[in-house]
Amino acid sequence: MTATAERPSATIFRRPKSTTGFWGWVTTVDHKKIGIMYGYAAFFFFIIGGVEALLLRIQLTQANGEFLTAGAYNALFTMHGTTMVFLFVMPISAAFMNYLIPLMIGARDVAFPRLNALSWWIFFFGGIFLYSTFIFGTSVAPVSPDGIVGNLAAGGGPGSFNFLADSPDAGWFAYQPNAGPLYSPGTAMDYWALGLQIIGLASLISSVNFIVTVFNMRAKGMRLLRMPVFVWMSTVVAFLLLFSLPIIAVALFMVTFDRQFGTLFFAPVGGGDPILWQHLFWLFGHPEVYILILPAMGIVSEVLPVFSRKPLFGYSAVVFAGAAIAFLGFGVWAHHMFASGITPVAQAAFGLATMTIAIPTGIKIFNWMGTMWGGRLRFTTPMLFAFGFVGMFTIGGLSGVTHAIVPSDWQQTDTYYIVAHFHYVLFGGAVFGLFAGLYYWFPKLTGRVMNSRLGKAHFWLQFIGFNLTFAPMHWLGLQGMVRRTWKYAPEAGLETWNVAVTVGAFTIAASLLIFMYNWYTSKRRGEPSGLDPWDARTIEWTIPNPTPEYNFAKAPVVDRLDNFWHMKYNEDEEGRAVRKPDADELIERLEYEGLNPEAPIHLPAPSYFPIMMSAGIPLVFYGIIYHTTVWGKALIVIGALVTLAALIGWGMEPLEEPHEAHDDASSSGDEDEDVDELEAEMEEILDE
Amino acid sequence: MSDLAHDVDLGHHEEHESTGIENRKLGMWVFLSSEFLFFGALITNYLLYSNRSGFDGTYPAEIYDIPFTSVSSFVLLMSSLTMVLAHNALSRKDQNGARTWLFATAALGAVFLGGQVFEFTEFVVVYDMTLSTNPAASAFYVLTGFHGVHVAIGVIMLLSLWGISRRQGSLSEKQGMNLELVGLYWHFVDIIWIVIFTVVYLLSVPPT
Repeated sequence: MTATAERPSATIFRRPKSTTGFWGWVTTVDHKKIGIMYGYAAFFFFIIGGVEALLLRIQLTQANGEFLTAGAYNALFTMHGTTMVFLFVMPISAAFMNYLIPLMIGARDVAFPRLNALSWWIFFFGGIFLYSTFIFGTSVAPVSPDGIVGNLAAGGGPGSFNFLADSPDAGWFAYQPNAGPLYSPGTAMDYWALGLQIIGLASLISSVNFIVTVFNMRAKGMRLLRMPVFVWMSTVVAFLLLFSLPIIAVALFMVTFDRQFGTLFFAPVGGGDPILWQHLFWLFGHPEVYILILPAMGIVSEVLPVFSRKPLFGYSAVVFAGAAIAFLGFGVWAHHMFASGITPVAQAAFGLATMTIAIPTGIKIFNWMGTMWGGRLRFTTPMLFAFGFVGMFTIGGLSGVTHAIVPSDWQQTDTYYIVAHFHYVLFGGAVFGLFAGLYYWFPKLTGRVMNSRLGKAHFWLQFIGFNLTFAPMHWLGLQGMVRRTWKYAPEAGLETWNVAVTVGAFTIAASLLIFMYNWYTSKRRGEPSGLDPWDARTIEWTIPNPTPEYNFAKAPVVDRLDNFWHMKYNEDEEGRAVRKPDADELIERLEYEGLNPEAPIHLPAPSYFPIMMSAGIPLVFYGIIYHTTVWGKALIVIGALVTLAALIGWGMEPLEEPHEAHDDASSSGDEDEDVDELEAEMEEILDE
Repeated sequence: MSDLAHDVDLGHHEEHESTGIENRKLGMWVFLSSEFLFFGALITNYLLYSNRSGFDGTYPAEIYDIPFTSVSSFVLLMSSLTMVLAHNALSRKDQNGARTWLFATAALGAVFLGGQVFEFTEFVVVYDMTLSTNPAASAFYVLTGFHGVHVAIGVIMLLSLWGISRRQGSLSEKQGMNLELVGLYWHFVDIIWIVIFTVVYLLSVPPT
């Protein structure tokens, strides 16, 4: 904390002081550092999920592939889907939200900095918990009472990656009863269900945090309809999380109870209803796809106006379309279940509801095109990715509408056509949008711009590789290639396109290597960006790069949408933007003032408790999996005690570091005494 | 500079809350809105199974002890009253009153939990209805069990507040966990119970 000079006060533990180095990162409550950690962790899981996809593709390149066992194949597609959804796209969106929301609304930090750190650490431990299934989990061959081996996944034959068969293998959707205790004995699916429970908790906490931040912490003059579209989309996502996560939490608890405590929710043998799982899962799962895509839509809505040098076409229409998508998103879940035997009335209703989603989505696409239309386009790397987003997402959206037509959907269900569709919206859409954001806001992290030649090479290679991978899946699906099946017969005539798909997948991998190399070298040796490398429009660019620890040296005041742009530009009689003569001077002044705050700036102090509290939760969940054993029970108790101790410490820790300048002296003495007493008490608790 | 920033000294870290609702309170409201869907899903789950015919064993609706549960529901509702009295006392700066009412609230909550333990024990021992008897029983136990966990967390928070108050001699709104927040949570737990008692206990009939 460079700008502060206060003494750390006594607390249950000494309050952490370091703001750099290992402990600085572990105890930080700074939204920027938390965002960066989210980003790196998400990218790490992206690589793991990507390697899993490549292994799947190697298996499928040839008919009757011999590379993987059935068990390993099932495990890999389950973990690929779970990883990409919960451990890559969601957290990297969280990274953007963390880093950018406070900067875009002109705030010092989020509303609850320590809760923010808690979200991140819970997510981190949740990811580790989920992946620890590879070490601890088991997926033994189930034998049902009538002697039928239920789940092909388990055990598996000889193959190169047999050990992978000991991981969750019932798909990222974990349909029941296949994922239940009868057909998936062993602990792997428990790791899956409880791991997602932990990760969901992290998202729930951050959604509360972001909603309060956006509603309460905006700069003076920043009305709701002056917020950047990215902030709007993040807010919409936070509400989606808020209302959909409790549903998946209940569903996952039901699975866990079925598997661990003998309830009969989804067990047909005892009268349970497996279709209920599908309803609950997709009642969460469909809002979830908007949770994945809306942040990318927000990013693209920031990038396109900047590089078209025009305001976003129909700002409020884009905002309301985003909210409409979220609202409608709760009423369409059963289109994932047209083949499950729901009634014709339900099919018609959900088919129609699904088609209505195309309206707000179409509004957005036309608005993006309207933004570019007649603009002076600059094809920088972020712009290329945003461009790619609009095109690829449109293709994915159109194939999505074909699923709303029920008979057509029956034909497509469980084929590669579906795989093609959701990769066009989630990879061609979300991932392209997220890369646009990474290139666009890289200067905010580092004060440098990423190499644009490498960036463009990355874009074109990824763009070609992406289409080579997923376009042929449409044809393959329509030819009848079935999802989630490890082999296909040579007579099926599917081999040619499968080779193309595999080549495409490795092309994407190569493009990502370029990206990582570019990131690494640009961080060190990239061209310095200055304050405003892109001629940007929003207030996060009115402060120096890299972002100072205190964000804004002076509280910004906003009087219109695209505030920064209007500080730099006037309009001539024909409505064209004309740069003000003193614009460069303004930028220099902003740079200087941003780096030299007038008064010392008081920042939320770091804390040990978020990481401590989040470390206790996985312990409890390990304990639940092994609750029949003594050490399982012990783990529950230990985990609960760690969490409780952290909770007490958290509650006693003052919200803000007592500050000499404006702390009333009268209370501080008493507090210290109390704290000493508590410290002794805490030691007692910990000794037990 | 006038077009960008004005001279608020952020060194004092005075956040203005655009909605006028204090951050933690708004956060609690937002969180509780999520909790409604959590219990909504659990209650729906119970309704789905509670009158589906053909299950083995006892249905929860066959063995409810309505007079007993009415009494324990009354106890829980009264705890909302004592919670309001605690809040009221604090706003009158009556620290002793606040502490007493807090304890009363926690005690009433504990009585309710005791009633639930008694109820579950009776269902299991006397009527032999366990988690694994049938999906209706599973849904009943998981729903009311999760509500019980929420009450228990509430009791722990109330007792912590009570302990803090005893130790410090007073409660302050500045503390991370303050009386108003716990109160919001506590009333939420009570409201959910009103729904559960009405829908799950009073209106639920076993299939014929």
